[in-house]
Parts: sequence; C-alpha cells; structure tokens
Amino acid sequence: MFVVPFLGLLARVPWSDLPALLAGDVVTDALRLSLVTSLMATLIAVVVGIPLAWMMARLDFPGRPLVRGLVTLPLVLPPVVGGAALLFALGRRGVVGAPLDQATGLLLPFSTWGVVVANTFVAMPFLVITVEAALRNLDQRYEGAAASLGAGRWTVLRRVTLPMIGPSLVAGLVLTWARAFGEFGATITFAGNLQGRTQTLPLAVFVALESDRDTAVALSLVMVVVSLTVLVALRERWWKAL
Amino acid sequence: MEGVIGQGLEADFGLRRGDSFRIDLSLSIPAGTTTALLGPNGAGKSTAVAAIAGLLAIDSGRIGLAGSTLDDPSADVFVPPEARRIGVVFQDYLLFPHMTVLENVAFGLRSRGVSRVEAMDRAGSWLERLDLTTLERSKPPQLSGGQAQRVALARALVIDPDLLLLDEPLSALDVTTRVELRRVLARHLEDFPGPRLVITHDPTEAFLLADEVHIIENGAVTQAGSPDEIRLRPRTFYAADLAGSNLLIGRASDGQVQVGSHLIHLPEEHIHGEVLLTIRPSAISLHRGPPEGSPRNTWQTTIVVMEPLGERTRIRTGAPIPLTVEVTTEASRALELGEGEEVWVAIKATEIGVEFGGVYTRSR
Repeated sequence: MFVVPFLGLLARVPWSDLPALLAGDVVTDALRLSLVTSLMATLIAVVVGIPLAWMMARLDFPGRPLVRGLVTLPLVLPPVVGGAALLFALGRRGVVGAPLDQATGLLLPFSTWGVVVANTFVAMPFLVITVEAALRNLDQRYEGAAASLGAGRWTVLRRVTLPMIGPSLVAGLVLTWARAFGEFGATITFAGNLQGRTQTLPLAVFVALESDRDTAVALSLVMVVVSLTVLVALRERWWKAL
Repeated sequence: MEGVIGQGLEADFGLRRGDSFRIDLSLSIPAGTTTALLGPNGAGKSTAVAAIAGLLAIDSGRIGLAGSTLDDPSADVFVPPEARRIGVVFQDYLLFPHMTVLENVAFGLRSRGVSRVEAMDRAGSWLERLDLTTLERSKPPQLSGGQAQRVALARALVIDPDLLLLDEPLSALDVTTRVELRRVLARHLEDFPGPRLVITHDPTEAFLLADEVHIIENGAVTQAGSPDEIRLRPRTFYAADLAGSNLLIGRASDGQVQVGSHLIHLPEEHIHGEVLLTIRPSAISLHRGPPEGSPRNTWQTTIVVMEPLGERTRIRTGAPIPLTVEVTTEASRALELGEGEEVWVAIKATEIGVEFGGVYTRSR
C-alpha cells in the first residue's frame, strides 16, 4: 500500500538519462530553492513557534482557545485557501501588504520570501502542536528544582525544559521541515511559479508533468531521496527515545 | 518582625491556594538543629515547601533566613527561588533525567556562575563523600531509589546552602533501603551547620531525625515540641494516633535489648545490633500486682496520664520506660486505675516489633 507508488515511480525512472536530467537547471534551481525555503521556514517556526507553544502551554490568558484554534487552522485548511488568504493580507493591496510596501518597499507575493512565508504558514502548526503537548506533559516540578538550584528562567529553559522535551522538539522540527519541503498549494497561490525564485520542487514537478515526463520523474526521485534520507537519519538518531 | 535570630530560619506566614485551602505556619529553626513538619497527605506540607523555596509567594507574614528577608509582602520583598540559598531534596528527587549524575550535582554550581572545571571538581568531591563516585557517568533512570536519594542530597548540599529542606526524603524507598538511608541522612543532617527542615508524613522519620516536631493538619500547626513531648502528650487525634506506637531504641545482643536501665526480651534469641522496637499500646497489659505466667517483660511503674477515649482508655506510664498503653475502659474500671497509681506493666516478647539495620540515635 505504501510501497506501490514508489515502485511505480522507480519503474518510470529513465536511468540512463538521469545524470543529464538532474544536472538541468530546472532541477538544480528547484532543489536549491526548496532546501533554502524549507529550512528558513523551519527556522522561523522555531523562533516564533516555540514561544507561542510555551505561552499556550503555560500562560492562562483570555482567548487562549481562540489562539489555539487559529494556530491549528492551517492544518485543516486547504493550502490553496491559505495561500489566497496570505495574498489578500500581504499582497500589494492587502491589509498588511500595502503599508508594508509603502514603508519598506518589500513585496512578499511572487518572491522567494513569499515562498518562505507560505511554507511557514502551513508548516509551523506542526511544531507548535508537538511542543505544546510536550510542555504540558512535562512535570513542571523539574523546573522548580532547577530554580531552587540557582538557575534563572533562561537557564531553566535552555538546560532543563528544552532538553527534557528534546525528542518531541526534534519530532516537531522534522514534521515542520517535511511539511514545508513538500508544500505546494499555498506556495503556488501566494508566491507563484517562477523558476529560480519561487519554483520549488513540488511546483517544478507539477509543471514538468504537463510538458516533460522524464524531468518530472527525476524531480520526484530527488524529493523522495532527500525526504527519506532526512527522515531515516533523524529517526535513527532521535526518535529511539519515543 | 525586626531582628532575626542568627543563622536560622524564621518563617511565619499565611498562604491561600484556591478558594478553600489556606496554610498558616510559624516555624523557627535555629542553625544546627532539625525540625520536622509532620502531617497527613493534604495537610499543606508541599505548599509549605514551595513557599519556603520561593516557588510560591506568600500572602502575608514573613520568611527570613540567615539574617535576611526572603519574602515579606508587606515590605514588597520577594527573593526569587534562584537567588535563595536553599538546598532542597524534593519528593521523588527530581533528578534531571537527561544529565549524568555528575552534571546533576554540578548544576547548582554552574547556575551560580562557578566555572565548569571547578563545578565538576566540587560535585565530584561531594559524590565521593556520599560514596557515589562509581555512578558519576550514570543517568538518573539507571539509579536505584537509594542511589537517587543520595545524588539528590549531594545536589542540594553542593551549593553550600543556608537551609537544608528535605521533602519526604525517604518515602520513595522500600523498607530495607529506608532504614539504611535514614542513617545516612541523619549523619548528613548532623554535619550540616545551618537549619534543617524535614517534611514527612512518616512519624518514625520525624521522631528519629528531628529535634523538634511540628504537627501540621489542615494547613495549621496543631502541636509542636520535642519528639518525646509529642509522643507522650499528644494533643490532637492525629498526634495521638502517631504516638500510638511505642518506639524504643537500643542495641540488641542475644535477643535482649538494653533500654535505659532496663532489659527488654525480644521474641528471638539471635537478634543482634542496633534495633528499633515498636510496641502497640493495646499489646501491653497492666496489672495491680506482679503478673504471673508467660510475659517476660514486666516492671513496676506509675500511671502519669489517663485519657478516656470512649470504650478505650489511653494511659501513659512513667519510669523506667515511659509507654503509651491502651486498655478497655471496662478493664480500667475493674482494676480501679487512676493517675498516680502504682501498676505492673507486662509485654509479651512476641508482641514486640523489631526493625533491624542500625537506627541512628542522635546525640542530644
């Protein structure tokens, strides 16, 4: 069931032409762009998502259910709708986009940063949800013990809280990165499909399927290999504890 | 509230938790002495630990340690937990599972800005003192309960605290380990120069480790005094229940234990070494004259206190070995017992509970 599609893909790989296909600039541009944007999105998710997860797990503030609902919304929303929403908000005439354009001249749609924003929007909930759950399950008395030993808030977070939720944190990061790496709908809607600027691997596959089957297969193979390598490597190294 | 005494702990505070629970506590522990806070589950012991350690802020009153104020809401003083010099051994120990034993012990020093090399060095020497050197590189999940307890003790002591606070230090251990570790604990309590506070629900622990026992029930101290005072003159039902069992400490040889000037016979002849004897009050009988028959432990004494408790009467006897005795009120009437009366005590050797393994007797 899980293997059949990959076998189908392998059966279609034009092995003799593969090196030439992989060296083509459509493929290399897309791979580079995909790696850069998915990693950027993961980084932003860490910076924004972990504090957000901490707030939702530890602070009792009014409207927390609403915040949690909003954070998880991208998980259930069709990515195309997410991309459209981003366009209305951050586009040249968007609620936030127009002032941003006037103030800084920065235009997110149809730019590489737009890809990063779309990826983050879709993928960050995975990190927030896993980390929030891990923080809730963590026995907070350990943090009290650390404080009684002289550790300030930052030291407690760095040396006790984060290491203790380590396996969940890594799992969340991997899920987030994987989701960003495979992102299609929100990206194509919000950032468009320009080779070298916004055309990530999934988008390139989509285009190639229409015109050049062999390139599409080669691109798909690259995606499968990269994803599988990362997942297997990290699973071996970190998820044993789970 | 000015003028804190010396290096001790001075705590007198109130703290509300939720709508219905409130604790009011007054503790004064001079340096070099051990106080036990003894109470049933839900009495507010953990809340007291959290307040003193600074994990909960008090609502009223004051907590002072070693001459400085840690918490005083009326003066707007609150020292956060990381700035208090309190060594806490937490219930369940709470060793950090992702760090080695050595890193756990060094944690407090590292957090207080001691260099890595020096922290590891000092942590290592504490592990040596507690006989844990071979476990330096182990992770806490690999430790036995007794080892974890000693690591927790090392972690609390290495920071050279002004107060040693132990929350149920022995309750996570099985019975045999508990006896041995009580001895280790007693020795380190004795060595610690500051005030020491032991939180426990186990009367044996409290009576053996502490110079002063505070009984806490429903958030308030209902009785405070030396272990003997509490045992002999309990003032609440809970304290009376605690005092229920008579506790005698001595050294056995050939099945006999010297307690004070008196020799107690044990059920078996081959018992040697330090022992803790427990005798249920209802297992002791009183007689008007020298008892006849099998009981080998008999002596003459005086009735000091008589407390009728409905169908039963609780009696406290005096020298040579003060005991709590419980007889039916009917029997007490039939014998015409009264305070100040001379009686004979009789205890069957088989009714004496013996706990082995070196009970530590404190030098007072």
